[in-house]
Amino acid sequence: MKVSVDFSALRKTKWHEYAIRFLLGGSVTAVAGLLAKYYGPVFGGLFLAFPAIFPASATLVDKHEREKKQRAGIKQTTRGRQVAGVDAAGAALGSLGLATFAYVMWKLLPVRNIAGVFIVAVGAWFCVSVTLWWLRKKRWGHSSK
Amino acid sequence: MKDLILRFVIGGAVVSAFAALGDVLKPKSFAGLFGAAPSIALATLGLTISANGKMYAATEARSMIAGALVFFLYAYLCSWLMLPRRLKVMPVTISALGVWVVCSISIWFLVLR
Repeated sequence: MKVSVDFSALRKTKWHEYAIRFLLGGSVTAVAGLLAKYYGPVFGGLFLAFPAIFPASATLVDKHEREKKQRAGIKQTTRGRQVAGVDAAGAALGSLGLATFAYVMWKLLPVRNIAGVFIVAVGAWFCVSVTLWWLRKKRWGHSSK
Repeated sequence: MKDLILRFVIGGAVVSAFAALGDVLKPKSFAGLFGAAPSIALATLGLTISANGKMYAATEARSMIAGALVFFLYAYLCSWLMLPRRLKVMPVTISALGVWVVCSISIWFLVLR
């Protein structure tokens, strides 16, 4: 299956759902900063990889899929849970890319240009995540949803 | 306080942007990759470098590796509980955050500290 972009999905998300994501994302970022300040960077650094908005996003995926089925006249459906489960499997692969991002930052930040390290680290996250997703799809033929 | 508000605003904006990117992408397994985007790190590391220096930020990044590997465990657990085990999305994703916290703090206590 090809990767595609569907901008109409943005209209399905209500303003309060965007607000919840903003509040959760902002709160976790602020708390991560506070934890680093009071308990040091070794402890605070853990929270840079906290699954901040994953529960909100997965719940939203579930809700939107159920609504879609209900509009089609199907009241009882497990589609939302299935799609959220597939989304979580994608996040598991993305987290290995996240670990690569952190490794690049850890190793290169003290010795290289800051902007360059950020670009390389984001590139490493993206390449590792997409490669793992592609390998999984190729090997097991998953990700049909 | 000013630093905290700045972190809140930048963090909220960056996390929301990655979440919106995940919304528009298909298939969902690919969009899920953006659920584990380095959004908090991107929002906070720049501020950390300007306030505390590169070495401090690099130390945070080292711990972040452990946090990310626990994120893998968290996401895999969520997927397993929702697909073969057929449990509901909200209770699974919220209660599994406890697993992330316990595992991360255990790694900090046993390895990183």
